[in-house]
Amino acid sequence: MDSARREWLLNSALALALFVVPLWAWIAGEPFIITLATRVAILAIAAVGLNIALGLGGMVSFGHALYLGIGGYVAGIAAHHAFNGTPVLGLPGTNQMLPVWAIAMLVSGGVAAVVGALSLRTSGIFFIMITLAFAQMGFFFALSWPAYGGEDGLPIFMRNQFPGMNTNRPWDLFLIAYAVLMAALLVFALLRAARFGAALMAIRQNPDRAAAVGISPFGIRLTAFILSGMITGLAGAMMADLTRFVSPAMMAWTMSGELIVIIILGGVGRLFGPVAGAAILVGFEVFFGGVTEHWKLWLGLVLLAVVLFARGGLIGLIAGRARHG
Amino acid sequence: MDDPVLELRGLCRNFGALKATDNVSLTLRRGEIHALIGPNGAGKTTLMGLISGRIAPEAGSVWLAGQNITGLSVAQRARLGLARSFQVSSLIPEYSALRNVMLALQAKQGHSYRFLRPVALDRGLQSAARDMLARVGLVPRASVAAAFLSHGERRLLEIAVALALNPQCFLLDEPMAGLGAEGTARLVTFLQELKQQAPILLVEHDMDAVFRLADRISVLVYGCVIATGTVAEIRANPAVRAAYLGEEPAT
Repeated sequence: MDSARREWLLNSALALALFVVPLWAWIAGEPFIITLATRVAILAIAAVGLNIALGLGGMVSFGHALYLGIGGYVAGIAAHHAFNGTPVLGLPGTNQMLPVWAIAMLVSGGVAAVVGALSLRTSGIFFIMITLAFAQMGFFFALSWPAYGGEDGLPIFMRNQFPGMNTNRPWDLFLIAYAVLMAALLVFALLRAARFGAALMAIRQNPDRAAAVGISPFGIRLTAFILSGMITGLAGAMMADLTRFVSPAMMAWTMSGELIVIIILGGVGRLFGPVAGAAILVGFEVFFGGVTEHWKLWLGLVLLAVVLFARGGLIGLIAGRARHG
Repeated sequence: MDDPVLELRGLCRNFGALKATDNVSLTLRRGEIHALIGPNGAGKTTLMGLISGRIAPEAGSVWLAGQNITGLSVAQRARLGLARSFQVSSLIPEYSALRNVMLALQAKQGHSYRFLRPVALDRGLQSAARDMLARVGLVPRASVAAAFLSHGERRLLEIAVALALNPQCFLLDEPMAGLGAEGTARLVTFLQELKQQAPILLVEHDMDAVFRLADRISVLVYGCVIATGTVAEIRANPAVRAAYLGEEPAT
């Protein structure tokens, strides 16, 4: 069986498992499992976003928690004002997911445009440090903004609503997250296969060659970085609704690291890498977190093993190296 | 005589105290191969960098088809029709030979900001790329990743990528390097036809190939062009013999 077919089968199995497990939990009346699956789906969406920048574009952003946090605060602030009946920037608050998502993506995309425009003038370790610095600025800004909870964070009393669904039911919320994850994966697959993806992956491998055939690396990279930030921002808004709480911790540098870990565990640049990685991370947290509070030590060992012996992550281990035709 | 396709006017570039390029002016006319020769360290690589846009000059200007392109980026110059091959093969290593050419074609056709249509289903792009590979004889290796091509095949793929840009002129930086006698002979024949499509500025160490191919030769020594002329003029030029040919026994 060739590797492309194996990857397709593996992807299907992952997509199916992520649906069937919570379905079983719904029938068996295990809401905790459904919520875990929802967390996997939302973390995976965030990592799909990062995978555009990191996996396809080779831009190691160590500050993607910034977009997660921005999305989270957009949802939190909108819900806060909807609950209190007060306007924000002259607009009423809202308790609807769709407009919240749109605003979350718009704001994260705008911030990503500024961060990208400045940090993409550097590369390597400097790029990593500048993206980290921007995320830390966001973190400390949220920490010292008393109007929205400061370091105590901002609770969301009423989960945002989605037309035709009851978002207070775990199964409904899972279905929404699962659908958005599939949409995000579709976007990733489309742009990877399109001319844009061809240019972006070429720039990752050899920017001088790309420029010599007439493709400006900066514009392509910046566009990818903005799309990346938008998708991670969307995930942030959904994460806030899942936990019904936003705090500066969403923008902490450890969160940025977690997103990178997810991608490395699953497979850098692979379509379902974020899904596999998010499932491994949450699985570890649940199974080993129940046994020992030092579960991150074991996760660290697994990460070490992946980096040393299985560079392609779980997807690479099972389906072999990525092909570009 | 019509205007030169490529013209350098008084280009200067220093690196510290080193005059890497010192008031270089030269022209590339339609239908010709203009060879640039010079001993190691004469500033050929810097000059190629100035023309392609990788290095900015301190003085002077670069003109392509009557347009001043001195302030343009590498990518902008490429889009205007300046195609270059690299001294050390520089391709997209994970892409197949075909996809390397497709990338150049997609850049030539306009923009790369298309997000929906898979390139794998773009028959027009694929068949055009296959034609380019056919011209250099690489069709049997079309699906092999560039990283796994032989050295000679990578040199040919560089040429195919340059062809795909359908440029106004070619900048070929030592295309014969490491090709061997048979490969060099084939490439010489190929370049003689290619110059009809667009003129070639050729940097080359292989003197046999240069003397067979070049319509004009410029000799670069310590960043200066010390002579420009036909093969016969250059062979007879005493300054050139002293500075350059004298160091290697006549060929």
